[in-house]
Amino acid sequence: MAEIVLDHISKRFPDGSLAVNDFNLSIGDGEFVILVGPSGCGKSTTLNMIAGLEDISSGKLIIGGAVANNKSPKDRDIAMVFQSYALYPHMTVRENMGFALKLAKTPKDVINTKVEEAARILDLTQHLDRKPANLSGGQRQRVAMGRAIVRAPSVFLMDEPLSNLDAKLRVQMRTEVSRIQRRLGTTTVYVTHDQTEAMTLGDRVAVMRSGLLQQVGSPKELYDRPDNLFVAGFIGSPAMNFLSGTLEEGKLRTNLGDFPLTDRLRQEVERAKGGRTVIVGVRPENFEDASLVQADVRGHGITFRATIDVVESMGSDVFVYLTQGRESGVTAAELEELAQDSGRADTGGSGSTIVARLDAATQVREGGEAELWVDARAVHVFDPATGRNLTVGAAADTAGSPVT
Amino acid sequence: MAAITPARRAGWTTANFVVVALALIPVLWLVSLSFKTPTAVLDPSFIPSQWTWGNYSGILTSSQFLRPLLNSIGIGIISTVIAVLLASMAAYAIARLRFPGKSVLIGMALLIAMFPLIALVTPMFTIERALGLFNTWPGLIIPYVAFGLPLGIYILSAFFREIPWELEKAAKMDGATPFQAFMRVIAPLAAPGMVTTAILVFLACWNDFILAISFTSTISSRTAPAAMEYFSGGSVFTVPTGPIAAAAVVITIPIIIFVLFFQRRIVAGLTSGAVKG
Repeated sequence: MAEIVLDHISKRFPDGSLAVNDFNLSIGDGEFVILVGPSGCGKSTTLNMIAGLEDISSGKLIIGGAVANNKSPKDRDIAMVFQSYALYPHMTVRENMGFALKLAKTPKDVINTKVEEAARILDLTQHLDRKPANLSGGQRQRVAMGRAIVRAPSVFLMDEPLSNLDAKLRVQMRTEVSRIQRRLGTTTVYVTHDQTEAMTLGDRVAVMRSGLLQQVGSPKELYDRPDNLFVAGFIGSPAMNFLSGTLEEGKLRTNLGDFPLTDRLRQEVERAKGGRTVIVGVRPENFEDASLVQADVRGHGITFRATIDVVESMGSDVFVYLTQGRESGVTAAELEELAQDSGRADTGGSGSTIVARLDAATQVREGGEAELWVDARAVHVFDPATGRNLTVGAAADTAGSPVT
Repeated sequence: MAAITPARRAGWTTANFVVVALALIPVLWLVSLSFKTPTAVLDPSFIPSQWTWGNYSGILTSSQFLRPLLNSIGIGIISTVIAVLLASMAAYAIARLRFPGKSVLIGMALLIAMFPLIALVTPMFTIERALGLFNTWPGLIIPYVAFGLPLGIYILSAFFREIPWELEKAAKMDGATPFQAFMRVIAPLAAPGMVTTAILVFLACWNDFILAISFTSTISSRTAPAAMEYFSGGSVFTVPTGPIAAAAVVITIPIIIFVLFFQRRIVAGLTSGAVKG
């Protein structure tokens, strides 16, 4: 068991590119931390630095109270699960799982006991004498997990361990990973680009973008109070809707309607003196069919009329897509990056399509016009220049600070 | 692809038959010669009119052939082991590391492989005389290793490149030193490549004539192909065709066994299953 402290860690590759920039994070003993971000954001590099597979350019890495910068991987007491599993193809499952113990010169009977125990946890007992080539994807993934847990290391590192599985198996293994981690109570750092995994698995989630740590917090915290546009757009599925808006005359003007201003926003407006363009973020579930909103709640939001383009009924909810054609367009570097990463041409960034999640009882029809309600209390306002969330403000300062 | 018509099939069968016949008839002719009596050597019939084991019993009891045969086996095996060992280390470095002068190194290796051997015999002869390597086992082993390396490095670096990087990282995380990772994870996976290399290097040593005839002077280090050159007939006027044919057959047999035995191991595919697949 160990805690990990990354103290101003940076990684510069020989070609001069800065992969990780001044990364600060303190991971508590037994904590499950997720590093999430789009591809190329430096999350895997960070993990490799913890593992000792990449050198640290500057900063201090402390594992279990001792500086580990120059320790070789084998002296760090860390086990790692790779995206490709990296099982040794010439060894049986038993040999794969026992390899680390064998290298550590553990007596044979001890190895056998430990391997068999791990196999029981992972339901691999009847496959112990097979080679990886004869296993299914899910079984190989479990062997990779088994190879890590057999050693009972003080830290687990997982590099997108589920991304090679099909969707159904991935959900199943996600629960499994969570269960095993809880059972063993081992400090775990888990890298993924999948925000769903990040939200469901971790005690805390660290969002990265181009080498910079954006925000650290519990999944709920990131979801409810994103520090900036990037985190807001990355966390949540379907993604947050972004619209352009103006702060003027004590109101937040958008083409959905005018929102009343909170006190904090009013201060921001005063500081900016007069009209100010902002980006407004609204999560899909903060919309509702106006006719289904209780009268006493109605006052907390605004209503607007819109033409419904597409209706997708999920049974439990209904997703509707609306076009707000008049929109002039919202642009910010963060949003462009998000759009690129997800392959979506416009992450609501153009402001033309809005996704709303409505109650299943809604009567809206495709092509019809409907009156929708937006919860004004849940609206986020971002500064288009810095991407900072003006609605949470102070929370931005806590990013990266050590957990207590 | 066009359907295989009977005409097409017949055409290919004929072509294959011609090619195989062209390759095999001289070998069969050699076998036939090795069973002919000395006087019947000039007899043009394919099947000997009179069969004899005399040629075989002659060479297999003569130290003029047995000692060179032993030299061939010893020099071949030692050269192969050294060449494969050095080639796998060099190929591993080439496949895995980025170091200055890597392309120069590969170029040099290629250069050695392309240089006509005969052009190097004279300078190497002088060097070997000066170093006292002439007519010794090392005198043949060193050039054989040198000429076997380029090929070995080429084959093996291709094999090493195929092995996923992550396996090595996994071994490191499992607590292996770089040497352990190489010996226990990488080398077993590159085994088919090593066997292929070993076979090719061994064949080259075994079949070599130019170096063997140039760098040896007595049967203490002369290899079998070179020794055949020194066979003598029953009298000064007899051409030792029979014994030479018999010796040629004898040195061909180990090669056939060797290739048949290792052929199956050359099949790659050991790496399948390492990554998701």
